[in-house]
Amino acid sequence: MLEVHEAVVRYGAITALHGVSFEVNQGEIVTLLGANGAGKTTTLRMLSGLHAPQSGRIMFEGQDVTTTKAHMFTSLGIGHVPEGRRIFPQMTVEENLEIGAFRRHGSYSDDMDRMYETFPILKERRKQIGGNLSGGEQQMLAIGRALMGQPRLLLLDEPSMGLAPMIVDTIFRIIGEIRDGGTTVLLVEQNAAQALRLADRGYVMENGRIVFGDSASNLLTDARVRAVYLGENVES
Amino acid sequence: MGAFGHYLTGHFATLRLEFWALFIGGLANGVLYGMVAVGYTLVYGVLRLINFAHSEIFMSGGFAGYFVMKALVGTAVPSGMASVGLIVLGTLVGGFVGAFMATLVERVAYRPLRRRHAPALAYLISAIGASYFLYNMAGKEFGRVPISMPQPYINHPIVHIFGAPVQMYYVIILLAGAVMFLALDRIVAKTKLGRSIRAVAQDAETASLMGVNIDRTIVLTFIVGGALGGAAGFLFGMGTGVSNTMGFVPALKAFTAAVLGGIGNLRGAMIGGFLLGVVESLSVVFVQAAYMDVVAFGILVAVLLFRPTGILGERLGRAA
Ligand SMILES: Nc1ncnc2c1ncn2[C@@H]1O[C@H](COP(=O)(O)OP(=O)(O)O)[C@@H](O)[C@H]1O
Ligand SMILES: [Mg+2]
Repeated sequence: MLEVHEAVVRYGAITALHGVSFEVNQGEIVTLLGANGAGKTTTLRMLSGLHAPQSGRIMFEGQDVTTTKAHMFTSLGIGHVPEGRRIFPQMTVEENLEIGAFRRHGSYSDDMDRMYETFPILKERRKQIGGNLSGGEQQMLAIGRALMGQPRLLLLDEPSMGLAPMIVDTIFRIIGEIRDGGTTVLLVEQNAAQALRLADRGYVMENGRIVFGDSASNLLTDARVRAVYLGENVES
Repeated sequence: MGAFGHYLTGHFATLRLEFWALFIGGLANGVLYGMVAVGYTLVYGVLRLINFAHSEIFMSGGFAGYFVMKALVGTAVPSGMASVGLIVLGTLVGGFVGAFMATLVERVAYRPLRRRHAPALAYLISAIGASYFLYNMAGKEFGRVPISMPQPYINHPIVHIFGAPVQMYYVIILLAGAVMFLALDRIVAKTKLGRSIRAVAQDAETASLMGVNIDRTIVLTFIVGGALGGAAGFLFGMGTGVSNTMGFVPALKAFTAAVLGGIGNLRGAMIGGFLLGVVESLSVVFVQAAYMDVVAFGILVAVLLFRPTGILGERLGRAA
């Protein structure tokens, strides 16, 4: 579904991605692990056209999207839940959801109803402005907003960041449901243990490179992953 | 005693009428300030940029309307429906030319800088350059002497509002302004265009993730602001004539109004405009007319001392 070949992204003199290659298959949850500054966010932003790669190629559903502009990606079928949620603070919850459907034609009220079913709290807060929501509510809104674009591939950037464990569980449960509903997921997480338990496959990034990738179950037992990302003290 | 009482009531009655006349005249001016202020505030909202060439967009609307009136009115004296039609036409043409000039300024003076991620100071210089270029260009083409506009209505008719005599001219502005403000308010709150403008103002990058084309939205913002500014230029020119420098003072006051209401805040710009127009006009009761501008800018400084973000506060987001 998604193939990234040798993608290089620079911020001025800083090279954030040094030739990143990976793929995501239809129906999977793939997780991208790595320490702060590894290049995970840059990778997702590149996949939404916010950073054009200096070199390399990005293919989505057989189409070359390497130089496609950011505002075209929702129509292509890629949704993005950005790092830090980035809710429109002065818009109501309802407006935030509606703008997720900005590129859609025709009625989307069925989908609004579905979002309110999935996230009942958003229905209660429908008329409140986004800036007044709690972190967890904002995260749900960010996910709902992206789903309103009917993505076939959903990019999630640290959806559990800064949230209470109970809410994190809810978010992870919903991500599983999204995949079960037929949407492929690329999940960036610091919470490696939980991400790997949910995901089918994973990649590990360090300093702008993908250092290895494997099935999630293998990664969960991999000594390097356990030492660095699962914070376990293992002899290797 | 009775005689003195009569004298007093008579005096107050005159004062009351005078007050209403000043109030309505001031409000009409305020509507014009508000229409121009909206352009500053919309562009600021999406670009964090003060479009200093907005005064010349205002002027371009004035000249456009002037040429229409000159061609259609000439020395003839239209009446009734014809004059209403002429004013509507002048306003539309002024708005159209203002919108066109605004897109031109965006394309030539700002977009190239945006592409190169230029620092804020570069925008400021470019804005001043565009303004300077346009008013000198107009001065060269149309002369530097103010030209009075052929009046589309007969002999400045007077209508009575609350018993106070009010020039028809002010009534026209109040009506035109009411229509435009209500339309704009609804557009920004309810339409897709309005939603994209607000999204870009609040978080441009995330807006683009939602499928909003930032460049297109910026152009549309200039079009909306330019149309209102150009229409205001015509309405203003109808009263005071047109010249290449006609935009300076009204645009500066409109900018004041935008800051007063909270730059980036759409309703704030409108309310700031009304307030400035009315207070400025009523100030002649207390001070000499020559001090009107001092009063206007005095208010600005005073308000900002107590509310640095303006009366309604910053942000286009609330522009509902
Ligand atoms: N806007 C930027 N300008 C310059 N450098 C940046 C910018 N954003 C990220 N970087 C750098 O790029 C690298 C990767 O960052 P990022 O993709 O945010 O990592 P992660 O999401 O894995 O924490 C880091 O070294 C970071 O400092
Ligand atoms: Mg990150």
